[in-house]
This record gives sequence, C-alpha cells and structure tokens, in this order.
Amino acid sequence: MELLRQIFWEPFETMYALPDLLLQTLWEGFVSGTLYSLIALGFVLIFKASGVFNFAQGIMVVFAALALVGIHALGVPPYLALLLTLGVMALLAITVVRVVLKPLVNQPDIILFMSTIGVTFILIAGGQLIFGGEPKAMITEELGLPTGASDWEVGGGLVIFQHIDIAAAIIAVILIAGLAIFFNKTKVGRALRAVADDHQAALSVGISLEYIWVVVWFAAGVVALTAGILWAAKSDVSFALQVIALKALPVLVLGGFTSIPGAIIGGLIIGIGEKLFDLYWGAPILGGGTESWFAFIIALIFLLYRPEGLFGEKLIERI
Amino acid sequence: MLKKLVLGAAALAVAGSMMHVPTASAEDTLFVPSLSYRTGPFAGGGIPIANGFADYFAMLNERDGGIGGARVIVEECETGYNAQKGVECYEATKGKGALVYNPYSTGITLQLVPKAPVDQIPVLSMGYGLSAAAIGEKFPWTFNYPASYWSQMTSILDYIDQNGGIKGKKIGFIYLDVGYGKEPIPLLEKLAPKLGFEWVGFPVGVKEMQNQSATWLNVRKERPDWMIMWGWGAMNPTAVKEAAKIRFPMDKFIGNWWAGAHADLDSVGETGKGYLSSNFSGVGTDFPALQDVMKYVVDAGKSQAEKDDVGNVLYNRGLFNAVIIAEAIRAAQAETGKKAITGADMRLGLEKFDLSEARLKEIGLEGFTAPIKASCADHEGAGAIFIQQWDGSNWNRISDLIPPNTEVVKPLLEEAAEKYVSEQTGWQTQTCG
Amino acid sequence: MFYREAGQFKTTYAADSAHFPIFQDKAFIWLYLAIGFIAVPLFADDFFLGAIMIPFLVFTLAAMGLNILTGFTGQISLGSGAFMGVGAYACYKMTLAFPEVNIILLIFLSGFFSAAVGVFFGLPSLRIKGFYLVVTTLAAQFFLEWAFIRIPWLYNYNDSGAIEVPQREAFGIIVTGANASPVTQYLVCLAIVVVMTWIASNIISGRIGRSWMMIRDMDIAAELMGVRPLYAKLSSFAVSSFYCGVAGAMMVFLWLGAAEVESFDYNHSFEILFMVILGGLGSLLGCFLGAAIIWILPVIIRAVLPPTVDFITPFTINSAQADLVSDIIIGTMIVVFLIMEPLGLARLWAIVKQKLRVWPFPY
Repeated sequence: MELLRQIFWEPFETMYALPDLLLQTLWEGFVSGTLYSLIALGFVLIFKASGVFNFAQGIMVVFAALALVGIHALGVPPYLALLLTLGVMALLAITVVRVVLKPLVNQPDIILFMSTIGVTFILIAGGQLIFGGEPKAMITEELGLPTGASDWEVGGGLVIFQHIDIAAAIIAVILIAGLAIFFNKTKVGRALRAVADDHQAALSVGISLEYIWVVVWFAAGVVALTAGILWAAKSDVSFALQVIALKALPVLVLGGFTSIPGAIIGGLIIGIGEKLFDLYWGAPILGGGTESWFAFIIALIFLLYRPEGLFGEKLIERI
Repeated sequence: MLKKLVLGAAALAVAGSMMHVPTASAEDTLFVPSLSYRTGPFAGGGIPIANGFADYFAMLNERDGGIGGARVIVEECETGYNAQKGVECYEATKGKGALVYNPYSTGITLQLVPKAPVDQIPVLSMGYGLSAAAIGEKFPWTFNYPASYWSQMTSILDYIDQNGGIKGKKIGFIYLDVGYGKEPIPLLEKLAPKLGFEWVGFPVGVKEMQNQSATWLNVRKERPDWMIMWGWGAMNPTAVKEAAKIRFPMDKFIGNWWAGAHADLDSVGETGKGYLSSNFSGVGTDFPALQDVMKYVVDAGKSQAEKDDVGNVLYNRGLFNAVIIAEAIRAAQAETGKKAITGADMRLGLEKFDLSEARLKEIGLEGFTAPIKASCADHEGAGAIFIQQWDGSNWNRISDLIPPNTEVVKPLLEEAAEKYVSEQTGWQTQTCG
Repeated sequence: MFYREAGQFKTTYAADSAHFPIFQDKAFIWLYLAIGFIAVPLFADDFFLGAIMIPFLVFTLAAMGLNILTGFTGQISLGSGAFMGVGAYACYKMTLAFPEVNIILLIFLSGFFSAAVGVFFGLPSLRIKGFYLVVTTLAAQFFLEWAFIRIPWLYNYNDSGAIEVPQREAFGIIVTGANASPVTQYLVCLAIVVVMTWIASNIISGRIGRSWMMIRDMDIAAELMGVRPLYAKLSSFAVSSFYCGVAGAMMVFLWLGAAEVESFDYNHSFEILFMVILGGLGSLLGCFLGAAIIWILPVIIRAVLPPTVDFITPFTINSAQADLVSDIIIGTMIVVFLIMEPLGLARLWAIVKQKLRVWPFPY
C-alpha cells in the first residue's frame, strides 16, 4: 500500500507542489536529451551508410575534445585549433576507412563491429599516450561559448537556465538540421542514401563507396567534436566521458538504427525520461543511481513490443 | 636483418621474463613497489600521487644516499585502478623483497588485506581502504594512517558543528557508488540520531560521474543545509559545477580528502570559489623538504612531474605517503639494527612509527601535517585533519587541526573489525601489550 | 606427413564420432594435460600461476560460456561480465550459509543461479536478434551491476560493499582464502576447466548442440525441421550463463580473493567477446587460444617491454606507457586479425594442421 502510494501519488504531489523543480527537470532532461541525440546521430550516420555499428563513437567524442584542448595548449588560437581538430577528425576518418573498413567489405556485421572496438582500444591508449591521462578543462570561454545563467520565476521558485545549456541545445539543433539538409538536399547526400539502400546498385551507377564512407565518418567526427565540446563544458575532458556514449544505444533502439528523426526523438525521450524517473521514482523508492540502467530497461521493454523502433525504416525479421 | 631483430627480441623477452624469478633483496637496498595509475578514468588523481611518492624517495637517495645507508628502489606498476591488474602487480613485485604495499584503490586494498599476513608484507592504505583496519589487534598487517574514513567523517561533522551547529540540520551525502563511497554510510546512520541531524544519500554511479544533473536536481528537491562529498576522479569537478548550477552555497559543500585536489578544481576555476575540502597533507612548496625535492629531483630533471605541479594537493599526498614509509623504515632499522629490512621488520617499524612535531621539524615538514603516533593496537594513528578552501585558483587552509571523535569511532571500528574477522576462518590476530 | 590419418581405421560408430579421432590429436591432448597437471605446478612460480595461468583458465571458461551462445547459437551477448558476477555473489552467499560444504561443489552450484538469471535475460532473444540483442544484454549488464551495489544482502551488509572470500576447504585441503597455495588453486581451476570443456564438447556434438547450430545457421529452416527456437535459445542462454557463472565464482574465489562490482563491469563483457572472436567463433579450442592472446600477451608485454626498451634504445618507458602500448598492440592485433583471418586463431590452427598433414607436398 505504502509502495503504491509512493509510485502513484507522491511523485505527482511533489510535481504539483514544486512546479519550478518539475520545469527544471524537464529542461535538464531536454539538454541531456539533445546531447544524447547528437551522439546517437553519429551512430546513425555511419550505420546508415556502411552498416557498421561504430562502437568507437564514444571514444571519438573524447578524442576530439582532447585534440582540441591539446592543440590549444600548444599556443594555437582557439578557432584555428578548432579547424585543426576538424583536420584531425578528417584524417582519422580517412585512416579508419582505408585501413580498417575497406579490407573488411562484405564481412558479417559482427566482424565490422569488433573492428571498431579494436579502433576504440587504439584511440583510448593512443589518446592517453599523446595527450596524457589527466583531465583537462574545456576551453569554453576561448571558443566564445557563453557562461552564466538566467533565472525565471515560477510558482514561488526559480528555474535556472545555464547559458551554456541553451547554447548546447541551439548548437545541437543547428547541427542536426544542417546534417538533415546536407543528406537530403545535396548530391553527396543523395549518393549516401543510395549507398544506404543498396551498396552494389550504388557502386554500379558510379558512386565511390570509399568516398561516401569517408564523408560519413568525417560527419560522425564533427558530431563527436561538437558533443565533446558541449559535454566537456559541463564537466571536463577526461576518459571517463566515453561511457556517456553507451547511452546512445538505447536511444538507437527507441529511434531505430537508421532514422535521423528517430535518433532525435529517442534522445529526448531518454534524456527527459531518465531525469524524471530518477528524481521522482528512482531516488525515493530504489535509492537513486537509476540513471545507469533506466534507459536500457526502457529500450528492452520497447524492443519487445516494437522491435523496429519508433521510426525504423523496415521491419526487423521476426523469429 | 628481420631475423636478427626477431631473435634479439626473443632473447630480450627471455631475459625480461627471467627478471621475474624471485630474488632475495640485495644487500643495502630497500624495495618499495608503487602501485600507480597513470592511465584510465582516475589518472587525474593517480599521476600526481605517483610523482610525489617517487620524488621523495629519489630526493632521499640523492641527498642522503637512501635511508640509513640503504638506497631505496621504487618500482612503479600500473594498475589503471583495476583490481585484476592490481593482483598482477602484486604478484609481479612481491618476490623482489617488497617492504610495503600502497594500492591507492579500495578494491585492491581489500584483495591485499588477507594476503598480507601470508606473504608477510604489510599494507599501508593511507587514508583509504578498510576503515576497520585501524584496529591493530585484528589487523596486524594493515595500516591506514593518518585516519580512517570514519574518523575523517567525524572531523568533518565536527567542523559543521563548529560552524553553525549540527543539531537539526539536514546533511546531504553525495558519494561515488562503489565500496569507497559507501564506506561512511554506517557511521552516518549511527551518528545521525546521536548528534541530532538528518542525512540523505545521493549516489553517483561510476558511469554517471560526468552526468550528474539528475542527482543535483534531487539535491535541490531535498534542500540539505550542508553537502558532504566522497568523490574521486571526474566526479569531483562535475559535482562542483553542478552545485554551482543549482546555486548551492559553496562554503557549505565539503569534499573529503580525495575530493579536494588541484586536479579537481583547476578545471572549475572561479565557479568553485568557496568550495571546502578536508586534507591532511600540507599544500605548497614552502617546506624545507619540498625545497630539497625541487633542488635534487625536479630541477635536476629526474622527476616525471611538471614543475608547477610540485606542491599541489595530491603531489604532497603522495610525498607524505613516502614520508610515512621512510620514517617507518628508519624505525624498523633502529629496531632491528639491520640496514636492509624485510616486510616483517617493516611491520614492526609501522607499529613503532612516531611522527612527532619535533621529528616533522627535523625532516623539514614542520606544520605539514598533524603528528601521528601509532601503536600495536592503533593502526590509524588517529591523525587530525584540517579544512581547506578553494579561492578560485588555489587551496588555502582555513581551519585548525580537527581531531577525530575517537570515542564514537573506536567502538564502531571494533565492531566492524570483529565482523570481518568472524567471517574468516583462521584469521591471524595479535594481542597488544 | 605429421598429421596423417592414413592407416587409422575406424571400425565402430563410437570411434568415428570420438572427440579426437586421430592418434596425433590424442597424443597432443595427453601431452597438454601432462604439462598442465604436472609440469606447470612443478616449475611455476607464484607470478606465473597467480597472474597468468589462473586468470587464463578463468577467462577460458568464461569465453567458452560466451562462445556457446555467440559461436554456436549465433546470439551476441554483452552481459557475460554480469553473469560472472551472479555466479560469484551466489557462491559467496552459499558458502556463508553452508561453510562446511565443499567449496568446489558450491562453485559448480553457483552456475545454476547465473543460468536462471541468464534465461530470464535471454527471453528477449525470442523476438529480436543482432544488435538489438546486444542492447538488451547490455541492459542486463547495467541492471545487474546496479543490483550488486544496491542490494546489500548480496555482500552480506559489508561496509565496503565488497565480497571478501573466506577461507574454505575441499577434501581437507585449503582451497580459497589467502592461506591457500597458488598451486592448489591452479590445480582446482585446471580440473574444473578440463571437466567443463569435456562436458561442453559432449553437449555440442550431441542433440542439443546440433539444434543450437541449426538455429545459428538459419533459424527459419531449423524451425521447419522441428527445432523449437524457444528451447534451443533458452537452453543456450542457460548453459552459457552457467559457464560464465562458474567462471565468475572461480575468478573471485580462486583468483582475486575479494571483489567489488567493478570486477564484473561491462569492460569484462567486451574482453570476453574479444577472446571469443579472436579465438574463433564456434570453436572450443578457440576459447583457449583467445583467452591466451587477450590475457597472457598483455601481461608479457607489460613485463618485458620496459626492460627491453631500456636495453636497446636510449629511451626509458614507465609502466604506464607500457600498459598503453600493450593496449595499442592488442587493438591493432584485433583489427589485423579480423582482416587477415576473421574466423579466428582456431581457423589458423586448422590451416596449420592441414599444412602439416600434406607436408612436404603442397597438396
């Protein structure tokens, strides 16, 4: 009885009593949601174009942020450092495609997946060897990202909007929109969709697979850099950051592996859902710390009812 | 050419593996393994500690030719804060005549505690590990100077009491959701009714270290008067930033001694101004011993540390660990009359260990830390801590030494030690004086 | 030349379906067993046993568990680390409740607990497969990790949240705890692994194993031929988790001696998957080879690299850098192996065997 009350009554009572907290939670959930979407987007891009489930996306986030901070630390001006980091990510994309993926064409999915885990090992160890293992501060102010906060009074309380969070949401939205336009309206984008539909047909009309792959891996690198900057501004650049990327997996399940709008909506659902759940149900009933699995359990339940995801393009083969 | 290279590599591989054949420690050397972590998610803390630890011994070797005429050999072994590599490091180094182990990880400490009596090598978990190890009768081979987590918690609560009283207050306890962070919870449970405060726990999962906004929303909901943090690694800067985001007053937010380093707050900067943390080792280089380290080691280019990092909180922590070992070695040498001692002698030295004010002055660390005196029964030394405050760019000491509330902690420690021993069969205990 | 089966006639069905049909294979197996049971304990030191051989055996067993699921049934799982944890916690609770019972028996029994948990989390596999299944098994991994922390009963309300292995005996000999000699622990591990390998080999070549492989190769065809996916998949999850559970109990009781939840985290699930893939999907021999290359090679690199670099170059590298270099080497090796021989080391061994058979002729 007490438990039922805790599940069905008290959370809503708290929500009603503290509307500012509820709004704040929704806002925080929205901000993390956009960042989850951004990371999931990196997965979707690569999965669409090459059928590779890119496990290295997480470490790419850390690596990009580290490269940016590391290059800046050499005395390079911030925006130039940003450009150089983009160059590093492009180089990484070319290397991965040339050295790892191209020889593995036509191998089963699991082999391609494992090869990206190999890349992850190399990037984690290489990143620490080059840049050192200690955490570093993100160059937020140097990049012209805003700091500070604005308040909004609601129902006797405050909702605090961090400017960096607002900026993060805006940047994420712009990037997502830009990528959507790029892949829907440009020639490269059409080629990419052709590759996603059918490798062989695309090859036969003269589309270079390798070129398309480099483009998507670079796009995933840009997404990783953006996610890295925005997330590191909230804490710092350290190797612990890469686990955040695992959060993108349930987002993908919710949204479907091949759908860009799915990644966005899925990210928002997971971001807002886990904050609400942890605050109103997880902490009082289960002792907190539920964020580490909530998204995955939601994905699991979701899978049982709708395996193709919210916006999945095709039905998964049922067994 | 290639063949030669391959042959050469194979020969070296054989030579390398031969080095693992256990050898008795040679005359006049003291072998101190350093289980460090310069890689992995907690490298930010592991690097300065390992540097400070190595540099102090390097300085003793350069300046005095070692300790009591015997040179100290420090061998680092990388654990990556990973318990399995920790065991590997232990097995790899114990045969070389290791005197004492400093695992710098609660997980590895727990694995080594039962091994210590068997291999006759003491474990010194300085300010971490098993709190109950403070009871020397039950844990003859484990030491946790200068204070256990529980003792530290009573000191922090004492500080809160001194600054506005603790009765009727609500205290939030944010902790890394592993063994280390959970350690003080039994103490809070026991003390809350006794001292008349209320407490709420906020766990932060290892995977969520940098994703704490839900945790801090919860803090906002609970509205505690004070926050205490048991954090490590990337959790610390994130927590301070999130606290600033919800406008939690920084001077009511106290980290433990692993949550108050330069590495943690440098990336937070001005935002973290006013944040408090406990500490037991001095900050800065204004001590003669540290000047010697600068002169003999760092300036001579024999250190892995950047010059700016010398004197920061965790560097000095690692250095202080080395000081304790060096002093215990001296005590053991005095006790046994040998130059090259063994692990068992080292244990005696750690029990006879007495770091008095006078001795601190002698070794050039006056005012660096509270005096510690250990005994057969007391393996934590009940050292006092002080509170330091972040001013936006550096740590400043703001309180006097706060001794732990031994009366409260002692029975709890004894109870926990009793429980540990009761679950083991054939556990070796000792009786003291 | 060396692996000629000419002149070795099989006169019964039993001989034809034997595990090692050729004399040379039999001889090798007896040789390996002799090395494992006699030579290693005689000559090895504590480092070799405690840091190389025991973990190697533990991971071999875990890899075998995952290989049953992934290699033989075609279901990818990233929950093996957590299933190992279930076995370890089950063994801990049982030995506290029944301190008198032979610990080796308890290690085996703990496998059943993890089998039950494995079946539960295997249920989604009836509807989904591929990467979607990866996500559900990761859900199991994270949920169980959280449960290991949040349910204090599991670690007996220990203040530090860890399980500490008490001293236990089997047949009057101390097997667990710090007083157990590494040789004993090694022999117990080896015996368990040998027995469980033998059992696995029999299951796989029997009816159940064949139904797994049918599901793996083409589930719809298997169903048409009368294999029930429900039973085949769930039995595979059960056996797989059983092996992982025993491996987990061995890991904590015979190797680490104490464990926090960190010892069962998702990195271990990945590590075990590496072993399976590098060793060879669908091969028991591959489990041994995979565990050897993923566990033993880095240990050797870490031990040998710093003195080697000191010796042949003017540079020195510290233990941390050696660790990172070994990670880079492992990562590179994974990629190179996948490109050169996606079927794993076991396939490489099969090629070598074939070459030996026809040597000195090309074919």
